[in-house]
Amino acid sequence: MSLHELTIHELAARLKQREISSVDVTQSIFARIEATEERIGSYITLCQESALAEARRADERLKAGGRSSPLLGIPIALKDIFITKGIRTTCSSKILDNFVPPYDGMAVAKLKNAGAVIVGKTNMDEFAMGSSTENSAFSVTRNPWNVERVPGGSSGGSAAAVAADQCIAALGTDTGGSIRQPAACCGIVGLKPTYGRVSRFGVIAFASSLDQVGPMAKDTADCALLLEAVAGHDPADSTSVPAPVAAYATNLDGKMTGVKLGLPKEYFISGMQPEVEQAVKAAVRQMEQNGAEIIDVSLPHTEYAVAVYYIIATAEASSNLARYDGMKYGYRARGKDLAETYFRTRQEGFGPEVKRRIMLGTYALSAGYYDAYYVKAQKVRALIKKDFDEAFKKCDLIVTPTSPTTAFKIGEKTADPLQMYLSDIFTISVNLAGLPGLSLPCGFDNEGMPIGMQIIGKHFDEARMLKIAHAYESATEWHKTKPKLS
Amino acid sequence: MKITREEVKRVALLARLQLSEEEESRLTEQLDNILQYMEKLGRLDTTNVEPLAHAVDIVNAFREDRVTNEPQPESLLANAPDRENTFFKVPKIIE
Repeated sequence: MSLHELTIHELAARLKQREISSVDVTQSIFARIEATEERIGSYITLCQESALAEARRADERLKAGGRSSPLLGIPIALKDIFITKGIRTTCSSKILDNFVPPYDGMAVAKLKNAGAVIVGKTNMDEFAMGSSTENSAFSVTRNPWNVERVPGGSSGGSAAAVAADQCIAALGTDTGGSIRQPAACCGIVGLKPTYGRVSRFGVIAFASSLDQVGPMAKDTADCALLLEAVAGHDPADSTSVPAPVAAYATNLDGKMTGVKLGLPKEYFISGMQPEVEQAVKAAVRQMEQNGAEIIDVSLPHTEYAVAVYYIIATAEASSNLARYDGMKYGYRARGKDLAETYFRTRQEGFGPEVKRRIMLGTYALSAGYYDAYYVKAQKVRALIKKDFDEAFKKCDLIVTPTSPTTAFKIGEKTADPLQMYLSDIFTISVNLAGLPGLSLPCGFDNEGMPIGMQIIGKHFDEARMLKIAHAYESATEWHKTKPKLS
Repeated sequence: MKITREEVKRVALLARLQLSEEEESRLTEQLDNILQYMEKLGRLDTTNVEPLAHAVDIVNAFREDRVTNEPQPESLLANAPDRENTFFKVPKIIE
């Protein structure tokens, strides 16, 4: 096996033994990118020079020995939503085309302190608004399993990069499914932590009550290691929670016995792809055989989640994106006066989906509609959260499909925004309720596209979620199958 | 109709977006379609439900009001669309 195909935990052991160097791994990654990037298009910005310098520094630290993070010397990709000091950060938007941040966000700073090597910045839907990465202002990212299909979104570049071995692991963000859905589409593991688990400092804001940072990796053990590295309280994010970070990776013992898994009937609906339903149900049966107890639960307000989400998320976005006025950074169009400068800057700087959501959110917050839309959505959000509170009285974790279909074709849903929004139907409620959720591979459809299973945990119960996901993964081979790219 | 073209114009003004004619008509249709879908929320009785703004129970987070970062005017101004000396240069605001 080539070095770029390995996982964090496999590489960390060999790096520590100094059988291989971080420079070897980093060169292997860039050779792989060279060979595949033209077909996939995962990255907006590549950092080969600085990555090799970071790899050399990691090798010095490895040579010196002593205690170190398992991420020391590991090449990691970052969604282009993470603020990176001295590295262009666009959020896939023309309005930030030439933005070079003067600081690192907290998750990035933690990765750097651990000695990770930053490979580059991955493509995404503009401002994380989308489910296919087609809303990028710069380029199309293709699914490594079939280049005619989308990689999912909005963290589609990170998912494709992990699936195509163009990095060892990656960070994404998830506001309504943007880590889990592309993870499912690309056959990798993606984890959205509990809201407040990871600092949002230095993450470009989309919907502040929903956004969360999380790992995207080749297996659950790597997700555990990455989560351990980036989780924790940060005074710079007042919504990050001062709860202790568990040793997620050492908790993975492969045991399933006694866990109560809830199966919500509202997540197995007509209209979903039959192979997805079959694969998830087969996975549930296998977990039952391995010692899990399966309990039927109900989440009765599920059908309202998409409507609630597209009011709350767009309302928050319309407020967050008011900062892009062309005055202090980013794109500025020339107008005859201040007002025209504002209008033209935003008109020319934002893409169609971002404008659509700003319009929707502004409308929902405007006088006369605020109560009917925004407050109403917040009330139904409370009901959705209560559904989960009730279900979790009966079970420890909830198991569902991640997405109603496998990756769809490029261009298939771009004409109808509502159809695109409905592809998030199984992931959105988790964000509204602030819960942790994980997607892992559980099969393939008739055309060889990966299928994802979602496991949802209680608030701050990532440890149990990872343990059970890992136990299922250990009994299967899905995650080891790789796309035939070359 | 949930939304008219006149309302789309008004919302675009609030959002500081200068939409083209074509965008206006497309957005009127698309937003109308999306808002029709959202009608389903009206079917739920939420009379005694408290609105939820934040899913995780945390109270106000206080910290010392202390400067923790070094001033770095040059790197901040490096991103300015326009500047003069150590100032951001912007269009005239007061007539």
